Amino acid sequence: MSNSVSDLEIGSYERYGFHQPEKYLVKMDKGLSRHVVEEISEYKNEPSWMREFRLKALDIFLKFPMPTWGADLSGVHFDDIHYYVRPTEKPQQNWDEVPEEIKDTFVKLGIPEAERKFLAGVGAQYESEMVYHSLQKQWEEMGVIFLDTDTGLRQYPDLFREYFAKVVPLSDNKLAALNSAVWSGGSFIYIPPGVHVTIPLQAYFRINAQNMGQFERTLIIADEGSNVHYVEGCTAPVYSSDSLHAAVVECFAKKGARLRYTTIQNWSRNVYNLVTKRAVAEEDAIVEWVDCNLGSKTTMKYPAVFLKGRGARADILSVAYAGSGQHIEAGSKVIHAAPHTTSVIVSKSISRGGGRTSYRGLLKVLAGAVGAKSNVRCDALLMDEESRSDTYPYMDVKEEKSTLGHEATVSKIADEQLFYLMTRGLSQSQATALIVQGFIEPVVKELPMEYALEMNRLIQLQMEGSVG
Amino acid sequence: MDSLEILDLHTSVEGNEILRGLSLTVPKGEVHALMGPNGSGKSTLANTLLGHPGYEVTRGDVRWKGESLLGLGPDERAKRGLFLAFQYPAEIYGVSVTNFLRMAQMARFGQACCFSDFHKALKQQMEVLEIDPAFSQRYLNEGFSGGEKKRHEILQMGMLEPEMAILDETDSGLDIDAMKIVARGVNRLRGPNIGMLLITHYQRLLNYIIPDRIHILMDGRIVLSGDKDLALELEERGYDWVRNGATA
Repeated sequence: MSNSVSDLEIGSYERYGFHQPEKYLVKMDKGLSRHVVEEISEYKNEPSWMREFRLKALDIFLKFPMPTWGADLSGVHFDDIHYYVRPTEKPQQNWDEVPEEIKDTFVKLGIPEAERKFLAGVGAQYESEMVYHSLQKQWEEMGVIFLDTDTGLRQYPDLFREYFAKVVPLSDNKLAALNSAVWSGGSFIYIPPGVHVTIPLQAYFRINAQNMGQFERTLIIADEGSNVHYVEGCTAPVYSSDSLHAAVVECFAKKGARLRYTTIQNWSRNVYNLVTKRAVAEEDAIVEWVDCNLGSKTTMKYPAVFLKGRGARADILSVAYAGSGQHIEAGSKVIHAAPHTTSVIVSKSISRGGGRTSYRGLLKVLAGAVGAKSNVRCDALLMDEESRSDTYPYMDVKEEKSTLGHEATVSKIADEQLFYLMTRGLSQSQATALIVQGFIEPVVKELPMEYALEMNRLIQLQMEGSVG
Repeated sequence: MDSLEILDLHTSVEGNEILRGLSLTVPKGEVHALMGPNGSGKSTLANTLLGHPGYEVTRGDVRWKGESLLGLGPDERAKRGLFLAFQYPAEIYGVSVTNFLRMAQMARFGQACCFSDFHKALKQQMEVLEIDPAFSQRYLNEGFSGGEKKRHEILQMGMLEPEMAILDETDSGLDIDAMKIVARGVNRLRGPNIGMLLITHYQRLLNYIIPDRIHILMDGRIVLSGDKDLALELEERGYDWVRNGATA
């Protein structure tokens, strides 16, 4: 599939920076307490185990110190955040019942009418709650579950409980504990054995209230021999005060399953995006994280795969873009815990205007993981002298019979490249954008067509007015 | 008549004056060859004509259709119909030849022609230049052989339909077969709607692309001009002959 750059229609940045007047049924006061957590659980009418889980998570959250080993998080003020906002009474099943205001938001997000019909399942998260959910009939017949996570808990309590918080335990890290205490929304997906979902499942996320955090929780289970691709794309309005996004994503790829999770993250530049994403891959399973980070003030995200079964494979492809005032720390974690497991990591970062990107990766090969193979490639593109890029690869190898490769490059856009493209009529910003698009092409080509176009559009927007 | 007029051009690179009063006029519809020994300023002229920011014009002017090009960026010059076939084309990773050509066409003509016309034209040009169709999906100049790069430059020239093309040492690094193919491609594009300035070190390219005029560049200025036979004479007698005060 080729994504023709020339077919792009360059929009204006407002398209990505609009916001709706706030209209909520429930909006709790700012700040976090036992009372707030209990209220969330009660409001959702959850089973008692979940309520206890949340409270336990709260204790852990309060006990844990803020991580200081990565990006600067001193701007995160936990008392200044709304922990729960519910826009409508309950998730909508029927498009006609979705409030006009919210539909309007989708229009501005540029989700075309045709696409809504074409896409077999669209879960749209407006604020903290899924408001619209549709699932194509044939998938329902195949036994595919694609719900918002709250509904998933209600409708499939046993399945839910079997997997929930199993790969990201409560005590994993402070932000994951916070999510566990106040989580709301996200997607709950189950693919039965042998079922191949050929069209990506997609969710659109959005923050709309100032100082409102988003704590969605996603749980995906790909049963034996199944195949699924989940896509989340984020855009957010621009606000002046800081926001927090602390999601947790847990994925399970059973024997022979293939699970791909694609993210396009474009939060507004005031958001702290601190996300825990982790997957387990059993025998011969493939887990692929495709993670594109363009927005936010600060991102810390290290999609992880635990290669538990023989012959399992992890592919982690990421793009990080940091402009002025941004620090995007994207990375990966892979644990080879079984023989003949494979991991391929490709990280592409772009820093511009004093922005900073970091790659932080952990690669572990446990004793007994005979024949494990890992290849890590980190390419950084620095757009100017003020920008910065760092690589922190950590390796911990306990099995001698394993093969590891690590390669890192740092490059700049050469004057001769710009001159060459400009003699073909491209403006300096077009030429710059094209070079940047080429740089991230190995990752972008893995995106569904419309997202690849969106990515290229975002890159062009970032490059506009940046040079000259 | 539309022409490229170079008037008393002085160009400096990093403070060193390379072109020292070069004057030359290439009318649209004609092919002129510019020959000169190494270091005479041939590539400097090519870069200056397209507005490379590293080449500073300290005196003189470059006019195209009566309008001064100085002060215009390379992209604005391209939009006005100028083209440079590079001696060493830059490699752009991750950008396919097809995507690049589409974008360049859009920049040049203000709109993209429809996809099927584009592909038809591309296929035709590629056939003339004996380029493998799979080439169109390769990354721009990435891992191209010397010959592939040169053929690709001429391919772009065909697709972008410039009115004034400067070909900088398009023959360098080509074996005789490759040169014949490139020459055929260039000859096919010749006509009343295009002017060309062929920059070359050697005479042999001019056996296959017969120029209307030949100019000899030395020490930053044109020292001798003549018709196609000048190249043969130069081939026989060498640049020293010119250096020692030859007259055509």
